[in-house]
Parts: sequence; structure tokens; C-alpha cells
Amino acid sequence: MAGLLDTIIQGILLGGLYALFAAGLSLIFGIMRLVNLAHGDLIVLAAFAILALGSGLGLDPLLATLLALPVMFLIGFGLQQILLNRTLGHGLLPPLLVTFGLSIIIQNGLLQGFTADSQRLQAGAIETASINLGGGVAVGLIPLLTFASAVIVIIGLNVLFYRTALGRAFRATSDDLATAELMGIDHHRTFALAMGIAMIVVTIAGLYLGMRANFDPTIGPARLLYAFEAVIIGGLGSFWGTLAGGVIIGLAQTIGANIDPEWQILAGHLAFLFVLVLRPRGLFPRALD
Amino acid sequence: MTRSGQRNSIDRRSLLKFSAASGAVLATGMRAPAIAQSRAVKLGYVSPVTGPLAAFAEADNFILANFKEATKGGIKLGNATVPVEVVVKDSQSNPNRAAEVAKDLIVQDKIDLMLVASTPETTNPVSTQCEIEEVPCVSTVAPWQPWFIGRQANPGGGPPAWTGFNYTYHFFWGLEDVIAVFTNMWGQLPTNKSVGGLFPNDGDGNAWGDKQVGFPPVLEKLGYKLTDPGRYQNLTDNFSAQINAFKGANCEILTGVVLPPDFTTFWKQALQQGYKPKAASIGKAILFPVAIEALGRDGNNLSSEVWWSPSHPFKSSLTDVSAKDLAGAYESATKKQWTQPIGFVHALFEVAVDVLKRTPQRGDAKATVKAIAETNLDTIVGHVQWNGAGVPPFAAKNVTKTPLVGGQWRLKDGNKYDIVIVDNRTAPIIPTAGKMEPIG
Repeated sequence: MAGLLDTIIQGILLGGLYALFAAGLSLIFGIMRLVNLAHGDLIVLAAFAILALGSGLGLDPLLATLLALPVMFLIGFGLQQILLNRTLGHGLLPPLLVTFGLSIIIQNGLLQGFTADSQRLQAGAIETASINLGGGVAVGLIPLLTFASAVIVIIGLNVLFYRTALGRAFRATSDDLATAELMGIDHHRTFALAMGIAMIVVTIAGLYLGMRANFDPTIGPARLLYAFEAVIIGGLGSFWGTLAGGVIIGLAQTIGANIDPEWQILAGHLAFLFVLVLRPRGLFPRALD
Repeated sequence: MTRSGQRNSIDRRSLLKFSAASGAVLATGMRAPAIAQSRAVKLGYVSPVTGPLAAFAEADNFILANFKEATKGGIKLGNATVPVEVVVKDSQSNPNRAAEVAKDLIVQDKIDLMLVASTPETTNPVSTQCEIEEVPCVSTVAPWQPWFIGRQANPGGGPPAWTGFNYTYHFFWGLEDVIAVFTNMWGQLPTNKSVGGLFPNDGDGNAWGDKQVGFPPVLEKLGYKLTDPGRYQNLTDNFSAQINAFKGANCEILTGVVLPPDFTTFWKQALQQGYKPKAASIGKAILFPVAIEALGRDGNNLSSEVWWSPSHPFKSSLTDVSAKDLAGAYESATKKQWTQPIGFVHALFEVAVDVLKRTPQRGDAKATVKAIAETNLDTIVGHVQWNGAGVPPFAAKNVTKTPLVGGQWRLKDGNKYDIVIVDNRTAPIIPTAGKMEPIG
């Protein structure tokens, strides 16, 4: 019984990590229909930014993250304004190819700058701290923080999306770009802001990626697949859906691994396929497109 | 339609250019034998300079600079002194790319001898290309089983179906050595002999966990009980299933061959969930100091196989420096801690020079292969001689083994670690510097 409970708790917490990886992707995809193949590499880039700021200024990773947030926001804003906006509106392929190229550039740029050494964001004793729930079930503090951060990020994105003028602009450009332009919304600037905000989420994801395990310049793409699946399971444009998608994959993986570790990854993919068969548009799709 | 038709047709001008170019190629081709007498000896070297395996090749530049310095006056071949040239190619940690650059080295650069190092993903495709193209090749830094068995037409066929190779030779240790080293280290500690195995679904994991040639049969014979939950996928974010299984079986010993990021994930999660074995001997993950430093203070007393260290009592046949001085020179040149591949990459070039010196008929693949087979050289990683010692008969021709011992990472001031050799029963010539300690 304790084993089953532990499996479920670990699965849900793992889902928080996947949701965090996926939230930025969900935002970008939801607003501008941009499939960002460099998302995983941007997370790794953020982790390196935190590492560089942290070791350069002698700061704790958490403090370094606070400094990295505005930097990454500006990088995202500039990236969208200068590069990605030019690729939109000519079909699905140009942004796909450009972000694919971007992924290679980021990987090799990081390799040049930071070498291939695996790095880690070290947070001291908190790394192995855990809360004992009794009955042989213990919950690690970092996984718990990861999940809490995912929930806070999702609440934050929802507030931004549904309670602010900027959110209205996001929704308007997402629903009908031409009409939104007629209403005086500069969609290039809106997209650039969206990418900047996505980069903030990416930086938070980078923090937890770097605290949880080693990272090196080439590790990004491996994290991309689960993020995509979480977005699709949740339904396009729904942030709570993305969290649900992450939790479903996390749970499927831990339960699968409990049967046999060979089943871990497969179980996650099977859950994804299962949801696609039952609800092809995901669990909580926002718009009917 | 018409436009593309025009584009594809050959006009007079490009035909002329083409024939001039091919004429020139033909002419150089025909002149080649005459040039051969004065040209440099060419070594091809393939290693993973970029990509996930790049840590293995980190010392390459240092070693190559050393090598250039040592051979700047050329080497003596018979009566003549000829310059040596090394053509380095990056495999990008990708087996397909490794095969491709190997082919380039053979066909375009026309190398005399191929050298290749670091993991089966690099050594195997390059060795295979050399075998096909009949170019002599020396490889290292991959356990011999994946190198030898992995390149067989039928890897599951067993010894009668497995055949030796004519052009490719390998020096390193084997799975049987790492098993002996690990069990020797565990024998130093009082434990309940219950072992947890962490084997991923990749070449190494499948070999280590194999029920015939891997850990299971040896552990059973020595009275250990192995808990192997099954093969997991690399780059996993969650190990709770394995941790629960090991806790359930009260595994006081942990072993496995794990990728560095996966081991960090596992170890942190294990400590969070209250699983702390007395001994943890892990292959691959904690080979490099940076990987153990990534664990913060939780890496103390983790153990690993040691193939080369500054305390190995060997010296270079090429530059006469000792293992200690080579590591020291690397540290002062790069401001980085020494790593195990340094010695082996250096030894690879030692073997190459030794072989070339004994092959006056340059460019003759058969003569070079004969010289490799007759190698009898004391290198910075130990004695290299393809005499079949300690290797099963089917691989005796192509494989020779270098000594392997066991070491434990010990925390020293701050966050830095040193590896301390704690068990040398597999190679008593290498001194120990301490005893095995349980993880505190």
C-alpha cells in the first residue's frame, strides 16, 4: 500500500517537472502556433545562464535565477522581434526549420562557451532534504518545490491571460490575427512579449532541471518530447490542461516503471496515444481550431 | 520543364572544366608512388571532440601538442627520418559520423595507420571501416567485449561463430575485470551481500546485466544476491521504482553502469527517499571529477573502476615522463583536474610510433599489421602486447588487456574530490593509497 502511494506521489511530482518544461511551449504554441523545436535547448541555455550568474557573482542558484529572469526575458523578446516574427505567416515549415537551426546553434554555442563538461546547480543541503509522511513514504523537498512552482506558474499565466489587457491581446491575436490588427494590436510586439514571458517560464524550468540532475549543452532535445506530449494531452492553449498532461505522463511513467523499468518511457507514450484516441483535441482545448 | 532541362544539360564550358579537373586528379593519382618516398607518415585519429561523449576527448589537444613536440624532428624509419602528420577528425559522438570521417581519412587523406579512442560508439564504426578498407587500426578506451562482440555478424552466436579481425587491434580491459574489481572492493566491507543493479537499456547496460557474460553469474557464484529491476531508458527523470525495489531487498551494495545525469537524479532521489547503501560502485557515471563534483558533498566514498591514475607506476615510451608528471603537466597546462583518458590517449600514440618505427615499408598495410601484432611495449598505461594473456581464445589475436583497479572518491577541501585507489588485488603492481570505507 505504501509502495503504491509512494508511486502515485512521485508520479504527480514528476508531472510538475514535465508541466514546467511544457508551460512555455504551451504559451508559445497557443498564441502564435509556433512549434518551437529549440525549447529544450532554451531551457538548457537558461540553466547555463543561471550557472554563469551564480558562479560569476557567487550567488545561490535561487538568487541567480532572479537575475537571470530579466536577461532571459530580453533574449526571448529580441529573438522573437528580430528572428522568429519574420518566419511566421508563411506556413508551418519556416518557423520549424528556423527553430531547428536555432537548437543546433544554441547547443554548439554552449559547447564552445562552457565545454562539454556536465554541470549542476548546487543548492546545498536542500537537495536531499525530504519530508517524511510516515509508512516509508518520503517526499523530496526539491520535487515538491518543482510541483509548487509549476502550479504557481500556471496560476500566473492564467491570471495574465484572462485578467489583463496584455492577456486580451494574446487571446485576440491567437483567435483572429487579422481582426486583432484592425483593432490596433501590433502583433509583432505582442508575439515578442509572449516569447519573453515564455522565456521567464523557461528560466524557472532551467533552474529545476539544473538542480535535479546534471546538464550539458546537448541534453536539451531529450526533454522536449515529454513537454510536447503534455501540451497535446492538455489541449492547445489550456495551461491547466498542460499541468494535467504533465501529471498524466508522470503518473503513467512511474506506474509503468513499477511494473518493469523497461515500461517507464513506453507507458508515458501509451498514455499519450490513449488520450489522443479518446480526445483527439486534448482534454481541455481552449479554442475550436 | 524546359528551364530545368536546360539546367541539367552540360554546356561546353563546364564539360571542359570537368575534364581538366578529372585529368588533374588522374595525373596526381598516377604520380602518387613517386611522392610516397618523401611524404610524411600519416596517422588518422578519430575521437568524440563534441557531443555527449566530449569529456573523453577533453585531453586530446594537450596530448596532441605533446605528441607534436615529441615527434617534431620526425621519426626514424629504417635509415630515413620522416615527418609525422596526425589528421584529427571529430566523430561528434555519433557512430554514423564516426564511420563517415573514418572513410574520409582512408580515402581522401590516405592515412597509414588509424587510431581511435573513447567508447564503443566511436571505436566500433571506425574499426569496422578499417577492416573493410584493409587499413590497420589501433583502438582503446572501450571494454573489449562491446568492441569485439559488438562487431560480429552475429553477436549472439557465441565463440564458434565469432571470428577475429585482420586489420583492427584493441587494448583496454574487459567486463570480467570490472566485475572482479567491484566484488573485491565490496569484499573489504561487512555487508549483507545484497546488491542492487542499475542497468540501462544501452550497449553497456545490456552487457553488464547479461545473464551469461555480465554481473549476474559471477555474483551468484560469490554468494551475492542481485536485485535487478530491469532495463530503464537513459535520461530518465524518475527512479522511484528502482529505489523502492532496492529498499525492499535491503540492498547494502549498489552497482550499475549509468550516464552521469541519470546517476545524479538517482542518487539525489535515493537520499531524499532514505535509501543509502554502504557501498556504491558505479561505472561510467563517476569517471570524471566534474561528474562527482556535481553531486556536491553527497559523492564522498562512491567507488568506481580506475584504468589509469597518476599513481600508476608506468612511464611513457615516447617522452619518458611518468604517469604522475603527465597528469601534473595536464593540470598546469589546462587548470583542470586530470582524467583517466589522458593516459590512454597518450598510450595510443605511443603504440602508433612504436609500430611505425618497426615498419620501414611505409604504406604497406600487411607489414603494419604484422608490426602491431608483434608489439611488445611498456606504455604509460602498462604493458601492451597482443599475446592473448587473460583473453579468451576467440579474441586473443586482436585484444590485449591493461590493468584495472578500484578507487573511491574522497572529498577534500571544499567541493573537490580525489580518487584514492583502495583495491589492487587485480593488479598488485599498482599501489593502493587507502582501504575501502563505507558510505557515511
